[in-house]
Amino acid sequence: MKLNRVLITALRALRRNVTRAALTTLGIVIGVAAVIAMMEIGNGSSIAIQRTIASMGANNLLVQPGTAASGGVSFGAGSVMTLTPQDASAILRECGSVSAVAPVVRARTQVIYGNRNWVPMYIYGTTPEFLDVRDWNDLAEGERFTERDVRNSSKVCLIGQTLKRVLFGDESPVGETVRIQNVSFKVIGVLSPRGANMMGVDQDDILLAPWTTIKYRVVGSSATTINQSSAAAQTSTTVNSLSQLYPGTQNNLYPAPSTSELADTPQPVRFVNVDQILVAARSSTEIPSAIRQVTELLRERHHLRPNESSDFNIRDMTELTKTMSSTTTLMTKLLLCVAMISLVVGGVGIMNIMLVSVTERTREIGLRMAVGAEAGDVLRQFLLEAVVLCLIGGAVGIVAGRACSYLVTLLLHWPTAPSLPAILAAVAVSAAVGIIFGYYPASKAARLDPIEALRYE
Amino acid sequence: MGMEMIQLEAIRKTYLVGEIDLPVLKGITAYVHHGEMVALMGASGSGKTTLMNILGCLDHPTSGRYWLNGNDVTDYTSRARARLRNRLIGFVFQSFNLLPRTSALENVMMPLTYSRDEISEAEMTRRAKELLAKVGLSDRLDHQPSQLSGGQQQRVAIARSLVNRPKVLMADEPTGNLDSRTSEEILQMFTELNRSEGITILLVTHDANVASHARRIIRIRDGLLEGDSSDLSHRAVAELKTAGSAP
Repeated sequence: MKLNRVLITALRALRRNVTRAALTTLGIVIGVAAVIAMMEIGNGSSIAIQRTIASMGANNLLVQPGTAASGGVSFGAGSVMTLTPQDASAILRECGSVSAVAPVVRARTQVIYGNRNWVPMYIYGTTPEFLDVRDWNDLAEGERFTERDVRNSSKVCLIGQTLKRVLFGDESPVGETVRIQNVSFKVIGVLSPRGANMMGVDQDDILLAPWTTIKYRVVGSSATTINQSSAAAQTSTTVNSLSQLYPGTQNNLYPAPSTSELADTPQPVRFVNVDQILVAARSSTEIPSAIRQVTELLRERHHLRPNESSDFNIRDMTELTKTMSSTTTLMTKLLLCVAMISLVVGGVGIMNIMLVSVTERTREIGLRMAVGAEAGDVLRQFLLEAVVLCLIGGAVGIVAGRACSYLVTLLLHWPTAPSLPAILAAVAVSAAVGIIFGYYPASKAARLDPIEALRYE
Repeated sequence: MGMEMIQLEAIRKTYLVGEIDLPVLKGITAYVHHGEMVALMGASGSGKTTLMNILGCLDHPTSGRYWLNGNDVTDYTSRARARLRNRLIGFVFQSFNLLPRTSALENVMMPLTYSRDEISEAEMTRRAKELLAKVGLSDRLDHQPSQLSGGQQQRVAIARSLVNRPKVLMADEPTGNLDSRTSEEILQMFTELNRSEGITILLVTHDANVASHARRIIRIRDGLLEGDSSDLSHRAVAELKTAGSAP
């Protein structure tokens, strides 16, 4: 007996008792709907959590210059100047797993507004992409600075919430002017609140400005030295009277060149370094490939031989990523387990009704055997009835589950995301349930003795 | 061996009830020619149903041999017997045994779905319609058994038994549930089928009136052949005995 015939027979048999078939399959409908809804809600939350954690910087990589060493003494990360803004744009251009890049020039100095002053945790000279990298695009007020501001070394800045609070209180800072190292910066925007980061450092205690401005106008005098405390000391001579007691300036060993001397000896193009480069990977799963690509690219750009160690290092937030993925997968699995149980209960319902059906149709089975159905034909027919029931239940369940998750999004505003694997799994599982729970009744039917079955009342 | 439609040689059937052997058939030797219409008569408990089950290849005899259409089917596996039933035998039951909530047409087509031959759905429908027309039910194709009278149901059952073009029709008390007028119609139909199509028909009954429609009556009593209306059968028994001793 061919499969399509068995299928027709099974469908005809099911059609004979539509109500019962529908009620039987209800268990599977609910089970599959639960699986689908749970998977979609779980998926949605895991995406939401991923997004939240990504905004904490889980996708970010921090590229820092390597260490300088002298006579066996190394000076720690960032003590050489190897990274350039060109490195940053090359990373964005050539690394496939990277979605955004921002070079950062750091400063740590006083910011003054009126009669108030503050030393923010971070003064970052950077590009507008910084906000993309940190996923910090939603400004509380004002607007971000532009690429053009970077090219022009415009004296504009964005300030964080903490800085706003200490310098401006309740006033709106947009349009006001603050001074950093006697350079006036116009505040053009206020960042949205971020709170403390994983280390407990206040992320809102920040000032962002074009990196060219910070580099050339604020840290300008110390362009060739990374040691900003000495640079600060140098510039503070004009402000701090104590510096006369403890002079921070070094005596020039060589006499200052005269103008004509400078003209005669043109300086080579100045090597512009940045303190670090922030890189955002496309997703947390692409972090390893992003690290590999950035490493390869920078080694090539820095002309490093294979046996030389890298003159930079890359840090990622592996721990954060790991926590994130384990949390979300655990949650999804848990939900799935609960949903699976209802699917199994549905399967038991199918088995129950199929057993009743076999008993009820004993004479029919006897008749089918008398007219030439083999045991295998009967087995297949009843098995297929169960599988068809389960598959129909699965199909209805998929629709019901999707509707459910849609309603959840609509009414409870929980994030959901459609999940193709969940749908495939639901179909496979409902077919499997049909086979597993349909087999016992079907084999019972197939083992019937035709004579007994025909005489059964 | 093998000229007859049905040949039985010393068929015994013993059921084991608890610890006791209960012999139901105690050595039946008989034959049925191609195209014969034979009534198998006996009181209830005489073993005629058991014999019928063996003849219909639904059951094995405990001992003895059975040739159907020239083949020794005694030791066929249940699978082979299922195919044999599908190909050679049509069944008509006392209680019709139609599938409930299923149209007459689908009921008639049902045995074809178990056929080994490649028969298209269209061909199946054509054959079933043709047979329903033959039994006078061409206007009842979509009716379900519950919408048909007893006689009509039995006619559907007869159409179903013929759909595989069997060589033998086995009817177990086909008129047992019908009134006398309908019974007569059904029996006429059997006679007509036997005459025009040459189908061998076995009527199992306890009713002499029904049996009288057959040209030959085999009586069975207490598991033994009691009598055969045909003189030929005695000669056949003698033939079988000689043939059986010299295989």
